[in-house]
Amino acid sequence: MTSSSLPKGKSKLGSLFLFVLFIVCLYGSAVISEVDLAQFFTNFTQMNVILQKMIHPDWTYLSIVIDPLLETIRMAIIGTTFGAIVALPFALLVSRNVVKNRIVNGVLRFILNIIRTIPDLMLAAVFVAIVGIGPVAGIISLAIFSFGMITKLFYEAIETIDEGPIEAITASGGNKLDIVRYAVLPQVSSHFLSYLLYAFEINIRASTVLGYIGAGGIGVYLQRSLSQFRYDQTSIIVIIIFAVVLVIDLVSNQLRERLL
Amino acid sequence: MRLPAEPKQNKIKVFALVVFFIAVYWWAFSAISFGGVKPTAGEIVKSIFSGIIHPDWNYVYTGDGEDLVTLLFITVAIAFLGTFISAILSLPFAFWAARSKRLQNVLSARIFSGSGKIVLTAIRTFPEIVLAIMFIKTVGPGSFAGVLAVSVHSIGMLAKLYSEAIENMDQGPAESVISAGGNKANVLSLATLPQLVPEFVSYTLYRFELAVRSASILGMVGAGGIGTPLIFAINGRSWSRVGIILLGIIVMVTVIDFISGSLRKRLV
Repeated sequence: MTSSSLPKGKSKLGSLFLFVLFIVCLYGSAVISEVDLAQFFTNFTQMNVILQKMIHPDWTYLSIVIDPLLETIRMAIIGTTFGAIVALPFALLVSRNVVKNRIVNGVLRFILNIIRTIPDLMLAAVFVAIVGIGPVAGIISLAIFSFGMITKLFYEAIETIDEGPIEAITASGGNKLDIVRYAVLPQVSSHFLSYLLYAFEINIRASTVLGYIGAGGIGVYLQRSLSQFRYDQTSIIVIIIFAVVLVIDLVSNQLRERLL
Repeated sequence: MRLPAEPKQNKIKVFALVVFFIAVYWWAFSAISFGGVKPTAGEIVKSIFSGIIHPDWNYVYTGDGEDLVTLLFITVAIAFLGTFISAILSLPFAFWAARSKRLQNVLSARIFSGSGKIVLTAIRTFPEIVLAIMFIKTVGPGSFAGVLAVSVHSIGMLAKLYSEAIENMDQGPAESVISAGGNKANVLSLATLPQLVPEFVSYTLYRFELAVRSASILGMVGAGGIGTPLIFAINGRSWSRVGIILLGIIVMVTVIDFISGSLRKRLV
Protein backbone atom coordinates (compact mmCIF):
# COMPACT_ATOMS: atom_id res chain seq x y z
CA MET A 1 0.00 0.00 0.00
CA THR A 2 1.47 3.35 -0.98
CA SER A 3 1.34 6.17 1.46
CA SER A 4 -0.71 8.29 -0.96
CA SER A 5 -3.77 6.11 -0.36
CA LEU A 6 -3.76 6.96 3.34
CA PRO A 7 -6.05 9.79 4.45
CA LYS A 8 -4.26 13.10 4.56
CA GLY A 9 -3.22 14.40 7.97
CA LYS A 10 -3.86 17.94 9.09
CA SER A 11 -1.77 20.58 7.37
CA LYS A 12 1.69 20.93 8.88
CA LEU A 13 1.62 24.70 8.51
CA GLY A 14 -1.54 25.09 10.58
CA SER A 15 -0.17 22.95 13.38
CA LEU A 16 3.09 24.87 13.34
CA PHE A 17 1.19 28.15 13.54
CA LEU A 18 -0.87 26.91 16.52
CA PHE A 19 2.28 25.66 18.23
CA VAL A 20 4.06 29.01 17.81
CA LEU A 21 0.94 30.85 19.02
CA PHE A 22 0.82 28.61 22.06
CA ILE A 23 4.49 29.23 22.91
CA VAL A 24 4.00 32.99 22.52
CA CYS A 25 0.98 32.86 24.86
CA LEU A 26 2.97 30.88 27.41
CA TYR A 27 5.90 33.26 27.24
CA GLY A 28 3.60 36.26 27.45
CA SER A 29 1.84 34.81 30.49
CA ALA A 30 5.17 34.15 32.18
CA VAL A 31 6.26 37.75 31.61
CA ILE A 32 2.93 39.23 32.73
CA SER A 33 2.76 37.16 35.90
CA GLU A 34 6.39 37.95 36.81
CA VAL A 35 7.59 34.38 37.03
CA ASP A 36 10.95 34.33 38.80
CA LEU A 37 12.24 30.81 39.19
CA ALA A 38 15.50 31.97 40.81
CA GLN A 39 13.49 33.56 43.59
CA PHE A 40 11.45 30.41 43.96
CA PHE A 41 14.52 28.26 44.53
CA THR A 42 16.42 30.71 46.74
CA ASN A 43 13.40 31.17 49.01
CA PHE A 44 12.54 27.53 49.07
CA THR A 45 13.89 27.27 52.62
CA GLN A 46 11.00 29.50 53.68
CA MET A 47 8.57 26.97 52.22
CA ASN A 48 10.49 24.29 54.03
CA VAL A 49 9.96 26.09 57.36
CA ILE A 50 6.20 26.14 56.76
CA LEU A 51 6.14 22.49 55.75
CA GLN A 52 8.20 21.54 58.80
CA LYS A 53 5.61 23.19 61.01
CA MET A 54 2.76 21.60 59.09
CA ILE A 55 4.02 18.05 59.49
CA HIS A 56 4.03 18.53 63.27
CA PRO A 57 0.34 19.34 63.84
CA ASP A 58 -0.81 20.82 67.13
CA TRP A 59 -3.26 18.07 68.15
CA THR A 60 -4.55 20.02 71.17
CA TYR A 61 -6.13 22.44 68.69
CA LEU A 62 -8.45 19.69 67.51
CA SER A 63 -10.93 20.19 70.35
CA ILE A 64 -11.21 23.90 69.49
CA VAL A 65 -11.99 23.48 65.79
CA ILE A 66 -14.67 20.78 66.18
CA ASP A 67 -17.46 23.30 66.82
CA PRO A 68 -16.67 25.59 63.88
CA LEU A 69 -16.32 22.48 61.72
CA LEU A 70 -19.86 21.40 62.63
CA GLU A 71 -21.01 24.93 61.86
CA THR A 72 -19.42 24.61 58.42
CA ILE A 73 -21.33 21.38 57.78
CA ARG A 74 -24.57 23.00 58.93
CA MET A 75 -23.94 25.96 56.63
CA ALA A 76 -23.39 23.61 53.70
CA ILE A 77 -26.57 21.62 54.45
CA ILE A 78 -28.80 24.68 54.77
CA GLY A 79 -27.20 26.54 51.87
CA THR A 80 -27.50 23.56 49.52
CA THR A 81 -31.13 22.99 50.53
CA PHE A 82 -32.23 26.57 49.92
CA GLY A 83 -30.32 26.63 46.65
CA ALA A 84 -32.02 23.42 45.53
CA ILE A 85 -35.52 24.58 46.54
CA VAL A 86 -35.20 27.66 44.35
CA ALA A 87 -33.42 25.71 41.62
CA LEU A 88 -36.25 23.23 40.98
CA PRO A 89 -38.91 25.63 39.58
CA PHE A 90 -36.20 27.63 37.84
CA ALA A 91 -34.82 24.53 36.12
CA LEU A 92 -38.33 23.63 34.90
CA LEU A 93 -38.79 27.12 33.46
CA VAL A 94 -35.42 26.97 31.70
CA SER A 95 -35.95 23.54 30.12
CA ARG A 96 -36.89 23.79 26.47
CA ASN A 97 -39.11 20.71 26.54
CA VAL A 98 -41.27 21.91 29.47
CA VAL A 99 -41.63 25.60 28.75
CA LYS A 100 -41.76 26.04 25.00
CA ASN A 101 -41.36 29.82 25.07
CA ARG A 102 -37.90 30.61 23.63
CA ILE A 103 -37.83 34.13 25.10
CA VAL A 104 -38.49 32.89 28.65
CA ASN A 105 -35.82 30.19 28.23
CA GLY A 106 -33.28 32.61 26.80
CA VAL A 107 -33.70 35.38 29.35
CA LEU A 108 -33.63 33.00 32.32
CA ARG A 109 -30.59 31.17 30.93
CA PHE A 110 -28.80 34.47 30.54
CA ILE A 111 -29.49 35.35 34.20
CA LEU A 112 -28.40 31.87 35.23
CA ASN A 113 -25.11 32.15 33.34
CA ILE A 114 -24.34 35.48 34.98
CA ILE A 115 -25.04 34.06 38.43
CA ARG A 116 -22.76 31.13 37.71
CA THR A 117 -19.80 33.34 36.83
CA ILE A 118 -19.78 35.18 40.17
CA PRO A 119 -17.06 33.66 42.37
CA ASP A 120 -18.30 32.25 45.71
CA LEU A 121 -15.79 34.21 47.77
CA MET A 122 -16.94 37.44 46.18
CA LEU A 123 -20.59 36.63 47.05
CA ALA A 124 -19.49 35.94 50.62
CA ALA A 125 -17.60 39.23 50.84
CA VAL A 126 -20.65 41.16 49.65
CA PHE A 127 -23.02 39.37 52.04
CA VAL A 128 -20.67 39.91 54.97
CA ALA A 129 -21.02 43.61 54.18
CA ILE A 130 -24.82 43.30 54.11
CA VAL A 131 -25.74 40.99 56.99
CA GLY A 132 -22.58 41.25 59.06
CA ILE A 133 -19.91 38.73 60.03
CA GLY A 134 -21.27 35.26 60.76
CA PRO A 135 -22.64 32.05 59.27
CA VAL A 136 -25.74 33.71 57.74
CA ALA A 137 -23.57 35.47 55.16
CA GLY A 138 -22.00 32.13 54.34
CA ILE A 139 -25.37 30.38 54.03
CA ILE A 140 -26.74 33.00 51.64
CA SER A 141 -23.68 32.91 49.42
CA LEU A 142 -23.65 29.09 49.41
CA ALA A 143 -27.37 29.10 48.53
CA ILE A 144 -26.80 31.38 45.54
CA PHE A 145 -23.68 29.49 44.50
CA SER A 146 -25.42 26.10 44.62
CA PHE A 147 -28.55 27.53 42.98
CA GLY A 148 -26.51 28.26 39.85
CA MET A 149 -24.82 24.89 39.86
CA ILE A 150 -27.89 22.77 40.64
CA THR A 151 -30.16 24.57 38.17
CA LYS A 152 -27.73 23.83 35.34
CA LEU A 153 -27.47 20.14 36.27
CA PHE A 154 -31.25 19.88 36.74
CA TYR A 155 -32.27 21.40 33.44
CA GLU A 156 -29.73 19.34 31.54
CA ALA A 157 -31.27 16.22 33.13
CA ILE A 158 -34.80 17.42 32.34
CA GLU A 159 -33.94 18.07 28.70
CA THR A 160 -32.72 14.51 28.18
CA ILE A 161 -35.90 12.77 29.42
CA ASP A 162 -38.08 10.55 27.30
CA GLU A 163 -40.73 12.70 25.56
CA GLY A 164 -43.27 9.86 25.41
CA PRO A 165 -44.91 10.39 28.82
CA ILE A 166 -45.23 14.16 28.13
CA GLU A 167 -47.09 13.41 24.90
CA ALA A 168 -49.26 10.82 26.65
CA ILE A 169 -50.31 13.29 29.37
CA THR A 170 -50.94 16.04 26.79
CA ALA A 171 -53.00 13.65 24.66
CA SER A 172 -55.19 12.67 27.60
CA GLY A 173 -55.86 16.35 28.34
CA GLY A 174 -53.43 17.11 31.15
CA ASN A 175 -52.25 20.65 31.84
CA LYS A 176 -48.68 21.88 32.45
CA LEU A 177 -48.77 20.97 36.15
CA ASP A 178 -49.92 17.42 35.33
CA ILE A 179 -47.09 17.10 32.84
CA VAL A 180 -44.53 18.20 35.45
CA ARG A 181 -46.05 16.02 38.16
CA TYR A 182 -46.63 12.80 36.20
CA ALA A 183 -44.23 12.94 33.24
CA VAL A 184 -41.18 14.99 34.19
CA LEU A 185 -40.57 14.52 37.91
CA PRO A 186 -40.82 10.71 38.06
CA GLN A 187 -38.16 10.48 35.36
CA VAL A 188 -35.67 12.82 36.96
CA SER A 189 -36.23 12.54 40.73
CA SER A 190 -33.32 10.17 41.30
CA HIS A 191 -31.05 12.46 39.26
CA PHE A 192 -32.17 15.37 41.41
CA LEU A 193 -31.13 13.65 44.62
CA SER A 194 -27.85 12.57 43.13
CA TYR A 195 -27.05 16.13 41.97
CA LEU A 196 -28.12 17.48 45.33
CA LEU A 197 -25.55 15.28 47.05
CA TYR A 198 -22.93 16.25 44.50
CA ALA A 199 -23.61 19.95 45.14
CA PHE A 200 -23.42 19.29 48.86
CA GLU A 201 -19.95 17.77 48.49
CA ILE A 202 -18.75 20.81 46.55
CA ASN A 203 -20.34 23.15 49.09
CA ILE A 204 -18.53 21.46 51.97
CA ARG A 205 -15.25 22.21 50.22
CA ALA A 206 -16.33 25.75 49.36
CA SER A 207 -17.67 26.56 52.82
CA THR A 208 -14.35 25.74 54.47
CA VAL A 209 -12.79 28.85 52.94
CA LEU A 210 -15.78 31.21 53.10
CA GLY A 211 -14.97 31.95 56.73
CA TYR A 212 -11.69 33.38 55.54
CA ILE A 213 -13.48 36.66 54.83
CA GLY A 214 -15.78 36.44 57.84
CA ALA A 215 -18.64 34.25 56.61
CA GLY A 216 -18.59 31.77 59.52
CA GLY A 217 -17.47 28.20 59.91
CA ILE A 218 -13.99 26.76 60.12
CA GLY A 219 -12.57 29.27 57.65
CA VAL A 220 -12.52 31.88 60.42
CA TYR A 221 -10.05 29.71 62.32
CA LEU A 222 -8.13 29.01 59.13
CA GLN A 223 -7.63 32.72 58.65
CA ARG A 224 -6.65 33.22 62.31
CA SER A 225 -4.05 30.45 62.30
CA LEU A 226 -2.53 31.68 59.04
CA SER A 227 -2.28 35.29 60.15
CA GLN A 228 -0.62 34.23 63.42
CA PHE A 229 1.84 32.02 61.49
CA ARG A 230 0.61 28.99 63.47
CA TYR A 231 1.04 26.54 60.63
CA ASP A 232 0.82 23.63 63.07
CA GLN A 233 -2.80 24.71 63.71
CA THR A 234 -3.43 25.29 60.00
CA SER A 235 -2.35 21.74 59.40
CA ILE A 236 -4.90 20.44 61.94
CA ILE A 237 -7.64 22.35 60.12
CA VAL A 238 -6.55 20.97 56.75
CA ILE A 239 -6.41 17.42 58.12
CA ILE A 240 -9.87 17.64 59.67
CA ILE A 241 -11.38 19.12 56.50
CA PHE A 242 -9.80 16.27 54.53
CA ALA A 243 -11.29 13.70 56.93
CA VAL A 244 -14.77 15.24 56.67
CA VAL A 245 -14.63 15.44 52.88
CA LEU A 246 -13.58 11.79 52.69
CA VAL A 247 -16.41 10.68 54.99
CA ILE A 248 -19.01 12.76 53.15
CA ASP A 249 -17.80 11.46 49.78
CA LEU A 250 -18.19 7.92 51.08
CA VAL A 251 -21.64 8.49 52.59
CA SER A 252 -22.99 10.30 49.56
CA ASN A 253 -21.58 7.71 47.19
CA GLN A 254 -23.39 5.03 49.20
CA LEU A 255 -26.62 7.04 49.21
CA ARG A 256 -26.35 7.71 45.48
CA GLU A 257 -25.88 4.02 44.68
CA ARG A 258 -28.94 3.16 46.79
CA LEU A 259 -31.04 5.83 45.08
CA LEU A 260 -30.17 5.10 41.50
CA MET B 1 -58.52 -3.75 37.00
CA ARG B 2 -56.25 -3.69 40.00
CA LEU B 3 -52.72 -2.45 40.09
CA PRO B 4 -50.16 -4.62 41.86
CA ALA B 5 -49.42 -3.48 45.43
CA GLU B 6 -46.21 -1.58 45.98
CA PRO B 7 -43.44 -3.69 47.46
CA LYS B 8 -43.33 -3.29 51.23
CA GLN B 9 -39.58 -2.97 51.46
CA ASN B 10 -39.70 0.20 49.41
CA LYS B 11 -41.96 1.92 51.92
CA ILE B 12 -39.66 1.09 54.82
CA LYS B 13 -36.71 2.41 52.85
CA VAL B 14 -38.48 5.66 52.02
CA PHE B 15 -39.60 6.03 55.63
CA ALA B 16 -36.03 5.51 56.91
CA LEU B 17 -34.73 8.09 54.44
CA VAL B 18 -37.36 10.62 55.49
CA VAL B 19 -36.53 10.16 59.18
CA PHE B 20 -32.84 10.50 58.34
CA PHE B 21 -33.35 13.76 56.45
CA ILE B 22 -35.59 15.22 59.17
CA ALA B 23 -32.95 14.42 61.76
CA VAL B 24 -30.22 16.01 59.63
CA TYR B 25 -32.23 19.21 59.10
CA TRP B 26 -33.26 19.44 62.73
CA TRP B 27 -29.60 19.19 63.67
CA ALA B 28 -28.57 21.73 61.04
CA PHE B 29 -31.08 24.41 61.93
CA SER B 30 -30.91 23.98 65.70
CA ALA B 31 -27.51 25.61 66.19
CA ILE B 32 -27.34 28.40 63.61
CA SER B 33 -28.06 31.82 65.02
CA PHE B 34 -30.12 33.58 62.40
CA GLY B 35 -30.66 36.73 64.42
CA GLY B 36 -28.62 39.87 63.98
CA VAL B 37 -29.18 41.22 60.50
CA LYS B 38 -27.57 44.63 60.64
CA PRO B 39 -30.07 47.50 60.85
CA THR B 40 -28.17 49.19 58.03
CA ALA B 41 -28.65 46.17 55.74
CA GLY B 42 -31.37 47.83 53.62
CA GLU B 43 -29.25 50.90 53.12
CA ILE B 44 -26.24 48.82 52.07
CA VAL B 45 -28.26 46.74 49.61
CA LYS B 46 -29.54 49.95 48.07
CA SER B 47 -26.05 51.40 47.68
CA ILE B 48 -24.74 48.08 46.29
CA PHE B 49 -27.45 48.05 43.65
CA SER B 50 -26.95 51.67 42.69
CA GLY B 51 -23.18 51.00 42.52
CA ILE B 52 -23.61 47.97 40.31
CA ILE B 53 -26.05 49.79 38.05
CA HIS B 54 -23.66 52.73 37.76
CA PRO B 55 -20.25 51.09 37.34
CA ASP B 56 -17.09 53.17 37.55
CA TRP B 57 -16.30 53.30 33.81
CA ASN B 58 -13.15 55.38 34.39
CA TYR B 59 -11.51 52.33 35.90
CA VAL B 60 -11.69 50.27 32.69
CA TYR B 61 -8.47 51.60 31.22
CA THR B 62 -6.15 54.18 32.74
CA GLY B 63 -2.83 53.07 31.29
CA ASP B 64 -0.98 52.89 34.62
CA GLY B 65 -1.06 49.09 34.85
CA GLU B 66 -3.56 49.13 37.74
CA ASP B 67 -6.71 49.26 35.62
CA LEU B 68 -9.37 46.66 34.96
CA VAL B 69 -8.23 45.46 31.52
CA THR B 70 -4.60 44.98 32.59
CA LEU B 71 -5.58 43.11 35.73
CA LEU B 72 -7.99 40.89 33.83
CA PHE B 73 -5.17 40.02 31.42
CA ILE B 74 -2.93 39.18 34.39
CA THR B 75 -5.69 36.98 35.80
CA VAL B 76 -6.03 35.05 32.55
CA ALA B 77 -2.22 34.76 32.35
CA ILE B 78 -2.10 33.29 35.87
CA ALA B 79 -4.75 30.73 34.96
CA PHE B 80 -3.13 29.88 31.61
CA LEU B 81 0.38 29.36 32.96
CA GLY B 82 -0.86 27.61 36.08
CA THR B 83 -2.99 25.18 34.07
CA PHE B 84 -0.10 24.47 31.69
CA ILE B 85 2.34 23.66 34.52
CA SER B 86 -0.37 21.63 36.22
CA ALA B 87 -1.04 19.61 33.06
CA ILE B 88 2.61 18.56 32.95
CA LEU B 89 2.78 17.80 36.68
CA SER B 90 -0.46 15.79 36.45
CA LEU B 91 0.89 13.20 34.00
CA PRO B 92 2.93 11.11 36.48
CA PHE B 93 0.13 11.39 39.07
CA ALA B 94 -2.41 10.20 36.49
CA PHE B 95 -0.44 7.08 35.64
CA TRP B 96 0.04 6.45 39.36
CA ALA B 97 -3.69 6.65 40.13
CA ALA B 98 -4.95 4.78 37.05
CA ARG B 99 -5.84 1.15 37.67
CA SER B 100 -3.54 -0.80 35.42
CA LYS B 101 -4.50 -4.13 33.90
CA ARG B 102 -0.92 -5.12 33.28
CA LEU B 103 0.17 -5.76 36.86
CA GLN B 104 -0.30 -9.46 37.54
CA ASN B 105 -0.98 -9.20 41.25
CA VAL B 106 -4.45 -7.70 41.59
CA LEU B 107 -4.11 -6.75 45.24
CA SER B 108 -0.85 -4.84 44.89
CA ALA B 109 -2.19 -3.09 41.78
CA ARG B 110 -5.24 -1.99 43.77
CA ILE B 111 -3.10 -0.69 46.64
CA PHE B 112 -0.86 1.15 44.19
CA SER B 113 -3.63 2.96 42.34
CA GLY B 114 -5.67 3.41 45.53
CA SER B 115 -2.83 5.27 47.23
CA GLY B 116 -2.54 7.51 44.18
CA LYS B 117 -6.27 8.27 44.34
CA ILE B 118 -6.04 9.21 48.03
CA VAL B 119 -3.11 11.56 47.34
CA LEU B 120 -5.16 13.24 44.60
CA THR B 121 -8.15 13.66 46.92
CA ALA B 122 -5.81 15.20 49.50
CA ILE B 123 -4.50 17.69 46.93
CA ARG B 124 -8.07 18.55 45.84
CA THR B 125 -9.16 19.15 49.41
CA PHE B 126 -6.20 21.32 50.39
CA PRO B 127 -7.72 24.82 50.25
CA GLU B 128 -6.32 26.82 47.35
CA ILE B 129 -6.16 29.92 49.54
CA VAL B 130 -3.85 28.20 52.02
CA LEU B 131 -1.62 27.12 49.12
CA ALA B 132 -1.58 30.69 47.84
CA ILE B 133 -0.56 32.00 51.26
CA MET B 134 2.20 29.41 51.55
CA PHE B 135 3.56 30.41 48.15
CA ILE B 136 3.27 34.09 49.03
CA LYS B 137 5.58 33.36 51.97
CA THR B 138 7.99 31.72 49.52
CA VAL B 139 8.04 34.06 46.51
CA GLY B 140 6.42 37.17 47.92
CA PRO B 141 2.97 38.56 47.14
CA GLY B 142 2.13 38.81 43.45
CA SER B 143 1.03 36.89 40.41
CA PHE B 144 3.78 34.29 40.62
CA ALA B 145 2.37 32.98 43.90
CA GLY B 146 -1.01 32.72 42.17
CA VAL B 147 0.51 30.75 39.29
CA LEU B 148 2.12 28.29 41.72
CA ALA B 149 -1.09 27.90 43.74
CA VAL B 150 -3.16 27.20 40.61
CA SER B 151 -0.59 24.75 39.25
CA VAL B 152 -0.42 22.68 42.44
CA HIS B 153 -4.14 22.78 43.25
CA SER B 154 -5.24 21.83 39.72
CA ILE B 155 -3.27 18.57 39.87
CA GLY B 156 -5.94 17.15 42.18
CA MET B 157 -8.71 17.35 39.60
CA LEU B 158 -6.72 17.17 36.36
CA ALA B 159 -4.79 14.01 37.28
CA LYS B 160 -8.06 12.39 38.37
CA LEU B 161 -9.69 13.11 35.00
CA TYR B 162 -6.54 11.97 33.16
CA SER B 163 -6.39 8.72 35.12
CA GLU B 164 -10.05 8.00 34.30
CA ALA B 165 -9.26 8.55 30.62
CA ILE B 166 -6.37 6.09 30.90
CA GLU B 167 -8.58 3.53 32.64
CA ASN B 168 -11.30 3.81 30.01
CA MET B 169 -8.89 3.54 27.11
CA ASP B 170 -9.78 1.03 24.41
CA GLN B 171 -7.15 -1.75 24.34
CA GLY B 172 -8.07 -2.80 20.80
CA PRO B 173 -5.73 -0.49 18.86
CA ALA B 174 -2.80 -1.45 21.07
CA GLU B 175 -3.46 -5.15 20.43
CA SER B 176 -3.73 -4.61 16.68
CA VAL B 177 -0.42 -2.73 16.61
CA ILE B 178 1.24 -5.59 18.51
CA SER B 179 -0.30 -8.25 16.27
CA ALA B 180 0.90 -6.35 13.20
CA GLY B 181 4.40 -6.60 14.65
CA GLY B 182 4.77 -3.22 16.30
CA ASN B 183 7.06 -2.66 19.26
CA LYS B 184 6.33 -0.69 22.44
CA ALA B 185 7.26 2.63 20.88
CA ASN B 186 4.81 1.97 18.04
CA VAL B 187 2.07 1.14 20.54
CA LEU B 188 2.71 4.42 22.33
CA SER B 189 2.75 6.59 19.22
CA LEU B 190 0.06 4.80 17.16
CA ALA B 191 -2.41 3.47 19.74
CA THR B 192 -2.04 5.13 23.14
CA LEU B 193 -1.28 8.77 22.34
CA PRO B 194 -3.87 9.25 19.56
CA GLN B 195 -6.54 8.08 22.03
CA LEU B 196 -5.37 10.00 25.06
CA VAL B 197 -4.17 13.35 23.69
CA PRO B 198 -7.57 14.73 22.58
CA GLU B 199 -9.15 13.76 25.89
CA PHE B 200 -6.28 15.22 27.89
CA VAL B 201 -6.41 18.48 25.95
CA SER B 202 -10.17 18.68 26.40
CA TYR B 203 -9.93 18.14 30.17
CA THR B 204 -7.10 20.67 30.40
CA LEU B 205 -9.22 23.28 28.63
CA TYR B 206 -12.09 22.56 31.02
CA ARG B 207 -9.74 22.96 33.98
CA PHE B 208 -8.51 26.23 32.45
CA GLU B 209 -12.08 27.55 32.57
CA LEU B 210 -12.22 26.75 36.29
CA ALA B 211 -8.73 28.15 36.87
CA VAL B 212 -9.82 31.52 35.46
CA ARG B 213 -12.55 31.64 38.10
CA SER B 214 -10.21 30.74 40.93
CA ALA B 215 -7.45 33.08 39.70
CA SER B 216 -9.95 35.92 39.93
CA ILE B 217 -10.38 35.37 43.67
CA LEU B 218 -6.83 34.37 44.65
CA GLY B 219 -5.92 38.04 44.62
CA MET B 220 -8.12 38.45 47.72
CA VAL B 221 -5.22 37.04 49.74
CA GLY B 222 -2.56 38.85 47.72
CA ALA B 223 -1.75 36.37 44.97
CA GLY B 224 -2.14 38.78 42.05
CA GLY B 225 -4.84 39.38 39.50
CA ILE B 226 -8.22 41.11 39.73
CA GLY B 227 -8.99 39.81 43.25
CA THR B 228 -6.80 42.36 45.00
CA PRO B 229 -8.63 45.52 43.82
CA LEU B 230 -11.91 43.62 44.27
CA ILE B 231 -11.39 42.98 47.98
CA PHE B 232 -10.10 46.56 48.47
CA ALA B 233 -13.21 47.90 46.77
CA ILE B 234 -15.52 45.72 48.88
CA ASN B 235 -13.77 46.64 52.12
CA GLY B 236 -13.76 50.31 51.13
CA ARG B 237 -17.48 50.12 50.26
CA SER B 238 -16.86 51.66 46.82
CA TRP B 239 -19.67 49.79 45.13
CA SER B 240 -19.35 51.41 41.73
CA ARG B 241 -15.80 50.02 41.62
CA VAL B 242 -17.11 46.59 42.70
CA GLY B 243 -19.74 46.86 39.94
CA ILE B 244 -17.22 47.44 37.17
CA ILE B 245 -14.90 44.67 38.44
CA LEU B 246 -17.81 42.24 38.66
CA LEU B 247 -18.85 43.19 35.14
CA GLY B 248 -15.26 42.64 33.99
CA ILE B 249 -15.09 39.20 35.62
CA ILE B 250 -18.43 38.18 34.08
CA VAL B 251 -17.31 39.26 30.60
CA MET B 252 -13.91 37.58 31.00
CA VAL B 253 -15.35 34.26 32.24
CA THR B 254 -18.03 34.24 29.53
CA VAL B 255 -15.53 34.91 26.75
CA ILE B 256 -13.06 32.29 28.03
CA ASP B 257 -15.86 29.72 28.45
CA PHE B 258 -17.03 30.40 24.90
CA ILE B 259 -13.56 30.09 23.34
CA SER B 260 -12.57 27.03 25.31
CA GLY B 261 -15.99 25.42 24.83
CA SER B 262 -15.84 25.75 21.04
CA LEU B 263 -12.26 24.40 21.03
CA ARG B 264 -13.41 21.42 23.10
CA LYS B 265 -16.30 20.71 20.73
CA ARG B 266 -13.84 20.53 17.84
CA LEU B 267 -11.64 18.06 19.68
CA VAL B 268 -14.22 15.48 20.63
